[in-house]
Formats: sequence, C-alpha cells, structure tokens
Amino acid sequence: MPEFLKNLFTNYYETGAVILFGIGFTTLLMHRNLLKKIIGLNFMDSGLYLFLAAKGYIAGRLAPIITNGDTDPTKYVNPIPTGLVLTGIVVSVSVTAFLLALTCRLYDKFHTLDIDEITYLARKERE
Amino acid sequence: MDLVQNFPFLTIVFSLTCGVLCAVLRPKAAKNLCLTWLTLTFAMSLSVLIYTLRLDGSFVYRMGKWNAPWGNEIRVGPLEALMATAFSGVMLLSLLGGMGHIFSDCEEGKVNLYFTMSSLLISSLFALIYTNDLFTAYVFVEINTIASCALVMLKSSGRTLVATTKYLIMSLLGSGLFLLGIVILYGITGELLMESIAVKVREIFATGEYSLPLTVVIGFFSVGLAVKSALFPFHSWLPDAHGSATASSSAILSGLVLKGYIIVLIKVFYRVFGLRVIMAERVSNFLFIFGILAMIFGSVGALRERDIKRMLAYSSVAQVGYIYVGIGTHSEAGMVAACVQILAHCVTKPMLFCAAGGFMDVSNGKKAMTDIKGAGRRDKIAGAAFTVGALSMVGIPFFAGFVTKLTLTQAAVSSDNIRMVIALAAVAVSTLLNALYYIPVIFNIFSKTESTGIKTERPRADHAFALCVFMLLNVCFGVFSQELVDTVRRGLELFGM
Repeated sequence: MPEFLKNLFTNYYETGAVILFGIGFTTLLMHRNLLKKIIGLNFMDSGLYLFLAAKGYIAGRLAPIITNGDTDPTKYVNPIPTGLVLTGIVVSVSVTAFLLALTCRLYDKFHTLDIDEITYLARKERE
Repeated sequence: MDLVQNFPFLTIVFSLTCGVLCAVLRPKAAKNLCLTWLTLTFAMSLSVLIYTLRLDGSFVYRMGKWNAPWGNEIRVGPLEALMATAFSGVMLLSLLGGMGHIFSDCEEGKVNLYFTMSSLLISSLFALIYTNDLFTAYVFVEINTIASCALVMLKSSGRTLVATTKYLIMSLLGSGLFLLGIVILYGITGELLMESIAVKVREIFATGEYSLPLTVVIGFFSVGLAVKSALFPFHSWLPDAHGSATASSSAILSGLVLKGYIIVLIKVFYRVFGLRVIMAERVSNFLFIFGILAMIFGSVGALRERDIKRMLAYSSVAQVGYIYVGIGTHSEAGMVAACVQILAHCVTKPMLFCAAGGFMDVSNGKKAMTDIKGAGRRDKIAGAAFTVGALSMVGIPFFAGFVTKLTLTQAAVSSDNIRMVIALAAVAVSTLLNALYYIPVIFNIFSKTESTGIKTERPRADHAFALCVFMLLNVCFGVFSQELVDTVRRGLELFGM
C-alpha cells in the first residue's frame, strides 16, 4: 500500500472529518433546497468538530476531570480542543437558528424552498 | 498599568452590553443609548490612539491576568487603534446619516433591534481589530456575519430576504473554510495565540516539514476571508445585499464589515505566518491577480447599473480589489497601501451611500438614475457630499481616494517589473472607468428638471451634519495624507513585531 493511502487509514478520524466537511460544503453551496442547505451547514460544522476532537484525543488517557485527586497532566487528554468544540457548537446553533428563521419567512412569502425559484419570484416582485 | 490600557477591552465588552440593553428599550431610547455609546467609544479609541503613538509601541492586555496558553489576550498598537477610531467614527456618522431611513424602513416596534445589531456589529469589529487569538477571531467573525445579515434584513421586503439568505450562505461557506484553516493549523502547531503560532510556524518553515499543509492552510484562510470580503469571483452576493438594504446598512456594510475581514487576513499574514513565509508560499500572487480582476470587473459592473445603490455596491467590489492588489504586491509598501485604502474607502463609501439615501428622500423613495435626476438641487448637502465622494473615488488630488492611488502606485513601482506594469495599467484603467460612471451621475443629479409631483422637504439635521463631517474628513484625509501614511507605516512595523 502506498505511503499516502496508509496515512489516510491511520488517521481515519481526520479523513472522515474532511470527507464530512466536503459533503457539507458542497451541499451548502450547490443544493437548491434551503432546508438541505442548512443540513449541509450542520454536516460541515460537525466535520470540523470531529476533526478538532480527534486532534485533542490521546489514546489511553482519561477525560480531563479530576475525581481522585490525581493532577498528573500526562494521564489526561488535551482539554482545549473540547472547549473549542463547545464554543463552535454554540456558534453553529445560533447560525442554524438564524438561517431557519430566514427560511420560514421566505416560505411564508413565496411558498417554496427552492432558492432559484425564490430568486426568480423576488426579481419579478420588483418589476 | 495605565487606565487607557483598559479602554480597548471596555469598548468591546460595553458594546456587547449596549446591544443587549437596546433590545429591551424603546426605539428612541435605544437610539440615544447607541449613539451616546458610539461617541464614547470614539473618544476612547482616540485616546488609545494618542496613547500608543506617544508610547511608540504596542501593549498586550491579558483578560483576567492569566498568562499566555490559558488566558485570552488582546493586543493594541497604533494601527489597531487608528482602525478602531476610524470605524467607531464612521459607524456613528453612518447611523446619523441614514437615521430617517432606519425609522421609516424597519417594521414598527423593531427599530430598537436595529441599534442592537449595530452595537453587536461594532463590538465584533473592535474584537476583530484587537484580538490576539485565532479562535476568538473566528467567534467574532461569526457574530459579525449574523449582525450584518440582520442589518440587511431589517428592511423587510422579498428582495432583502433573498439578498440576506444569499449573503448568509456565502458568509457561512467562508467562515467554514476559515475555521478549517484554524483547525488544521492548530493540529500542526498546537497553539491558538498568534505569537506562539508565529514562533512554531517559523521553526516548521525552517525545517521544511509540513510545507504542503502550511500552503493549504494559507489557502483556506485566504479563500475563506476573500469570500467574506467579496473579492472578485466571490462578489455575486454583494450588489444584492448592499443595494437593497436601508441607507445606513449599506454604508456600514460597505464601509466597515468588508474591511473587518480584510484586517483579519492582514493579521493572519503578518502576525501568524509572517510576511516571509507568505511571500515564499506565493499565495499573494493569486490575491494580486484577483484584485486586479476585481478592479476592472467591479467597475464594468458599476458602469452597467442603472440603480444608484447597486452602482455604489459594484464600486465597492472594485475598491476591495485595490486593497487586495496592495496585499498582493509582496511588499511592506503594498501593505501600507492596502491599509490606507481600507481607511480611505471607509470614510468615502458610507458618505456616498448616505448621500444616495438623501437623494431617495427627495425623489419619492426611488433609486433609479432617471428618478434621481436633479436630486442634488433638491438636497444640496447630499449633492455636495456625493460630488466630493465621487471625485475622491475617481482620484482627484486633495481627496482621500487620491492618497490610495498614490501609495498603491508607489508600492507597484517599487515591486518587480511584471507586477509594476500590470498594477499601473490596472490603476489607470480603473481610474478611467471610475470617472466614466461617477461623472455622469454628478451631471445627472445637478441637471435641471421640472420637479412636478415631488414633495421637497428640508433634509434632516442629523443627515446634513453627518454628510458635512464626512466631507470634512475626506478633505482632511487628502490634505494630511503624509502624516496618515507615516502613522500607518509605523503602525504596520509594530504590528509585525
């Protein structure tokens, strides 16, 4: 097996995360249905969080919560990426909520979720 | 520690608080609170600017006095303080210049939310300018995105909703790429603070390891932030969003929001990777080429528009191109030109949008070129302001636009031959195109019409005041250009340290 493929398989979390990111990115960019765009956005963000969490995990170590008075840092995983993931989730929740609210208003106004059709209808509205 | 050193942090936090308070206040009270607070932030940023200039250096403010890897930091130097001062001042003037429109365009009972969003926006801009931590930058980039989209959609019509959706989707794609860049860079270096990353990147670069991932990361940062700041091939959302929003929103979005992302990019280039790595990676070549294309195609787009606000929006695409050409010239002088252009455009374009709002007031709310014929005679101050802004955009000496064209040309001349030829040609063509679409508008707004059926009322006092200050600023920018350019140059030197 070539070196390149071997690396992909050893770092399977990262490979999976980037594939998820790619799926989400293309869906958000290309799909015409607004709801599927929002799902794509969440795919994209989940991919990123998986990547971060995988980067912070060190095999065989514990979650960084001290329960038995053991403060030896070599026994715990890196807590920073987990914190970043939590922050990131908050951001993506609020963005998703905003986009969903926008979609509701667009649907109320144009009775469709197809972005191309909505663009067309909005242009006609002006003329 | 001096009292002044707390000011940058206070401007960020109290702007957020002010936004929350505005959400529960009545519209009039929210307006007063927001304007008072913006005036205060302007004064605070100005005092920080004077302090850093006297100090001739920069200082780091640690949140909660925690040291580097655990705590969060903001870093303030003359360049950052100058940007913050300009942004808070322009924000205040843009709100004043379109105040009538804010109250007439927003839905009844939701006007206070406009001031909430403005406060959140200025807070996130301050944070983007000052922050020393990449992940904080990401969080505030998202706050900036949401606040600016909300500013577009508060004027509720089908078109603004569609424009907001497109704007939001493009912005989210951009921030996704930006976050991916941060995540991979964190994976390589294990740091989030800009200085610590810079140290590690220099080590990695010297050994030649991870050269492909580093290139990819620089690419993600550049593309992500280029999408958000509407660099040429990604500019399609901008004319819709800026053209259909209310006057103040267009002014704020064109003048400030686009610049916030570019400042982050400059920060990443200077303080995270260092100019040497960026030059070796050749990413700036792409920025240079797309900047040149933006200068030409933005102007061509503006030339074809028959709607004054969309024309101004396309002109913003071209002006963003100037900034990227400055970044792409591969030199300190080019970066200076880029920063000067950020400032020049941020005092000029909001004035043009506010003036366009004034024309709409005296033309039954319409914004097509044929409808605003003679509007400069009906609203003389807006006419004068538009003339000053247009002349500045074309690049007449003693106005702000001339200073950028001059510094950019100087930077191009000191660059290598091919870049020099291309940049000089592009500046010449772009200037010609600017003149081609701005000068007819000036003639149009001052031409005589028999004004039948148009009710003319005196322009609002705050609108007139904002436009007068904008004109004054623009002329001061042109007259005291040398001092300004020197400050920016010194600021950039300290910025990179």
